[in-house]
Amino acid sequence: MNSAPWIILFAPLFAAAAIAIATQPFKKVSSYISVAAVAISFVFSLVVFGSPDQDVSVTWIDLGSFQVRFGYMLDSFSKTMLFIVTGVGLLIHVYSLGYMQEDRGRSRYFAGLSLFMFSMLGIVLANNFIMMFIFWELVGVSSYILIGHWFDRPSAADAANKAFIVNRIGDFGFMLGILMVWSASGTVMFDELSSKWTTLGLGAGYTTIAALMIFCGAVGKSAQFPLHVWLPDAMEGPTPVSALIHAATMVAAGVYMLARVFFLFAGSGTALMVVLWIGLITSLLAALMATQQDDIKRILAYSTLSQLGLMVSAIGLGVPVAALFHLFTHAFFKALLFLGAGSVIHSLHNEQNIWQMGGLQKKMPITFWTFLIGTLALAGCPPLAGFWSKDGIVAAAFEFNAASGLVISVINFFTAFYMARLFCVAFLGAPRSEIAGHAHESPPVMAAPLLILAIPSLIAGLPVVSHIFFPEVESSEPSIPAIAVSLAVFVGGTLAGFALYRGKSSDPLDIPLFENRFYIDQFYASLVKWTQDALAGIASFVDRWVIDGGIVRGLGGTTWGFGFALRFLQIGNLQAYAFLFGFGVVLLLYLILFAS
Amino acid sequence: MPAALFWTFASFMLFFGVMVIIHRSPVSSALSLVVCFLGLAALYISLDAFFLGVIQILVYAGAVMVLFLFIIMLLDLKAEQRRRFNLIAMFGGVIVIVLFVKVLLDVCYGFQSGNAVFPALHSAGHGDTWEVGMALFQQYKLPLQMIGALVVVATVGAVLLSKRELK
Amino acid sequence: MATLNDYLLVSGLLFTIGFAGVLLRRNILIIFMALELMLNAANLSLVGFSRFHVRAGLPDYNAQVLVFFIITVAAAEVAVGLAVIVALFRAKQTTHIEDLNSLKF
Repeated sequence: MNSAPWIILFAPLFAAAAIAIATQPFKKVSSYISVAAVAISFVFSLVVFGSPDQDVSVTWIDLGSFQVRFGYMLDSFSKTMLFIVTGVGLLIHVYSLGYMQEDRGRSRYFAGLSLFMFSMLGIVLANNFIMMFIFWELVGVSSYILIGHWFDRPSAADAANKAFIVNRIGDFGFMLGILMVWSASGTVMFDELSSKWTTLGLGAGYTTIAALMIFCGAVGKSAQFPLHVWLPDAMEGPTPVSALIHAATMVAAGVYMLARVFFLFAGSGTALMVVLWIGLITSLLAALMATQQDDIKRILAYSTLSQLGLMVSAIGLGVPVAALFHLFTHAFFKALLFLGAGSVIHSLHNEQNIWQMGGLQKKMPITFWTFLIGTLALAGCPPLAGFWSKDGIVAAAFEFNAASGLVISVINFFTAFYMARLFCVAFLGAPRSEIAGHAHESPPVMAAPLLILAIPSLIAGLPVVSHIFFPEVESSEPSIPAIAVSLAVFVGGTLAGFALYRGKSSDPLDIPLFENRFYIDQFYASLVKWTQDALAGIASFVDRWVIDGGIVRGLGGTTWGFGFALRFLQIGNLQAYAFLFGFGVVLLLYLILFAS
Repeated sequence: MPAALFWTFASFMLFFGVMVIIHRSPVSSALSLVVCFLGLAALYISLDAFFLGVIQILVYAGAVMVLFLFIIMLLDLKAEQRRRFNLIAMFGGVIVIVLFVKVLLDVCYGFQSGNAVFPALHSAGHGDTWEVGMALFQQYKLPLQMIGALVVVATVGAVLLSKRELK
Repeated sequence: MATLNDYLLVSGLLFTIGFAGVLLRRNILIIFMALELMLNAANLSLVGFSRFHVRAGLPDYNAQVLVFFIITVAAAEVAVGLAVIVALFRAKQTTHIEDLNSLKF
C-alpha cells in the first residue's frame, strides 16, 4: 500500500483547491467536499495503522551536492498522530457542518480547514527538516486564515496578525537551528541525523545552541512562555477552529516535533533543563491565569497552554513518549471540552461569559454529561484518560528531582480548581441570565461528535488501549507515591473549586495579576513601542543632522565659503589684474624653464 | 642684414616704443606708435618677409593707427593730469618689468643655436607674396574663412556698441 | 650679421616696454596702444623664426601666415575695443583707468 500515505496527505489539498477554484458559491457542496476529504484521510490512516514502519522519499530538488527530498516516515509516532489528527479532524469537520450552518463564509472556512489538514498531515508525515519547515509555515498560514475568518471584526484581524507574527519569531529561531544542524552534519533527514548526530564530535556549546534554536520553533508553535501571548487571542476564531487547531493538533505540532528530533536534545543536559523550566513556567503561569478568566473559551485556552507546558516539561525530563501519550489523551478531551463549549455558545446565541450561564443540566443534557467527562479527564480523575497520561509525567518528574515534581503537583491542583470553577459556574446552579434560561440542546450533527469524543476520553488512558498506540510505554509498576500525590491534588483542587464557587453569582476571588495575565501583553506592547521610538529617533537624527545638515548644507556651505573667499580678488582695478597676470607669467616661466 | 643696419632700426623702434608709453599727450603717443611700426616694418623686410612688411604699414600704420587717432580726436582727450602717485602700484609694476627682462636675458643667453647665421635662401621665381598666398588659400582655407567671419562680427559689434540709447 | 638671438632680444624688449605701459599708464587709450606694442613684439619673433627655419631654400611660411592672421585679428580687436572705450567714455565721461572699477565685489 505504498500510495496510502500520499492519499492521506493530498486528499485535503485537493479539497481545498477544488473549493477555492470551483465551488465557492456553493456552500453546501464545499462543506461536503471538505468532510469527504477528511473522511478519506481517516480511512487510509486506519489502513496504514496496521502496515509496517517505512521511510520513503522522493527527490524534489537535485542540484548535485544540494538535495531536498520530500517523503514520509511511518513509525509508531506518526501512525498515532495520523490517527489523532484525522480522527479528531473528521469529528470537528462534521461538527462544523452544524455550528457554521448560518455563516456566510462557509466555503472559505472549509477551504481553510482542508488546507490546515493538508499542512498538519505534512508535519506528521515529514521525514526531513526542510519538509517539516515548509509544512510548519503552511500550518501557520492556515491558522491565520482560520483565526481571521470573521475578518471584519478588528479584534479577530488583530488576533490573526498576532498569531502569525509571534509564530514567525519562533520560526526564525527554528530556521537557525535547522541551518546549524544541516551545516554541522550535511543532512536534514531524520533517520540519518539520529544515527549521525552523536558521532559528529561537536562541542557541547554547539549542540546546546542548535537544540535550543530548534526548541524556539516549538516555543512559537506550541505557545510556550514567552511566546504564549497569541493563543488566548486566537480564541477570536470560530469554536471548531479553536478545538481543532488550538487545542488538539496544531499546537501539539511543537511537542510532536520535539519528540521526533529528541536525539538532538539527548546529548545536551543544559538544553533539556531549559526546555523543562520553560515548560514548567508556562504551565504554572497559564494555570494561575486560568483561575481568574471569565470567558469560557479563554479558560480552555489557558488550560491548553498549561497542558502544553506539561508536555514540554515531559520532553525536558527526557521522556518524550510520556509527552506524546499526554498529547494523545489531551487531544481527545480538550477537543471534547471545546466542542462542548461551542455547543453552549451556539445555543446561548454567542454568549461566552460564564457568569451569564448556569443551570444547563436539564436543558442540554448531552452537552452537560460529555462536558463533565471531559472536565474529569482533564483534572486527572482515575480511571479516565488524563489520569494515566499525567501520572506518567508526574512520575518522571519526581524521579528527576522533588522540586519539579512539586511544581507539577501544584499545577495539577490548580487545573482541577479552575475546571471545577468553570463547571460550577457554567453548568450548575440556577440560570444566571435570561438567555441561559432559554438554552436548548444542539442538533444531532453537533451532539454526535461530543458523544463520540467522550469515549476515548473515558478509555484512552487504560493500558490496554494505550499499548496499541504506544508500544514503547513500559508497563512498569506505577510508583505509589506519585499516584497518591496526584489523587490528593485532584480531590483537593476539585473540592476547593466546588466550595468556593458553588451557587455563587459573581466571582468571590479577585486577583488582578492573574486576571490581567501578568501584564505580559502590556509589557510586550511597551517594548515594541520603545524600540520603535528609539529607532525612529535615530533615523530622525540622522536625517536632520547628518544628511540635511552635514551633507546637503555642508556641501552648499563649503561652496558658498569658497565663493565668498574668492570674491575678494575682484577688486575692479584693471592694472592690478594685469600686474597679477604678469607676475604669474614670470613665475611660470621661471618654473618651467629654470627650475625643472 | 648687416648688424649696424639692424641695430639702427631696432633702436629706432625701441626708442619710439618707449616714447609711446612716456608721453602724456595721447596724440603724441599715437604718432610715436606709428613711427615705431615703421621701424618694425623695416625689420620685417630685413628678414625677407616683404609681404608682411608692406601689410604692416598698410594695415597697422595705415588703418589701425588712423582709427586710434580718430577716436582720440572724437573723445577730445586732453593731456593727462598728474593725479596722486600710487607708489605701491608703481613699485610692483617695476618689479614685474625687471623680472621679465631678467627672464628674457636668461632665455636668450641659453638659446645657443640662435647664435648661428641665418641659413641662405635659394628662392624660386615666385617671391614670398605668392608663397604666402598659396599657403593661405591651400593649407589654411578654413582659418581664412573664419577670419573673414570674425571681421564681419567685429564690424557688427562695433556698430552695436556705439549706438546711443534709443529714446 | 644679425642673428636670431638679436631679433628675439629686441622682440622681448619691445614686449616688456608694452607690458610696462599696461601696468604703469593710467589713460585707457595709452594702455590700449601699449597692448598693440605687445602684439607686434610677438609678430616680430614669429617672423624671425620663420626666416630661421628654412625648408628647401624657402623660409617657413606657416609662421608668416600666422602673423597675417594675428594682424587681422588685432585690427578687429582694435575696432571693437575702441567702440567699447567710446561707449564707456559716454557713460563715465572719463578715460582714467581707476574710475572704471564698477565690476568689483
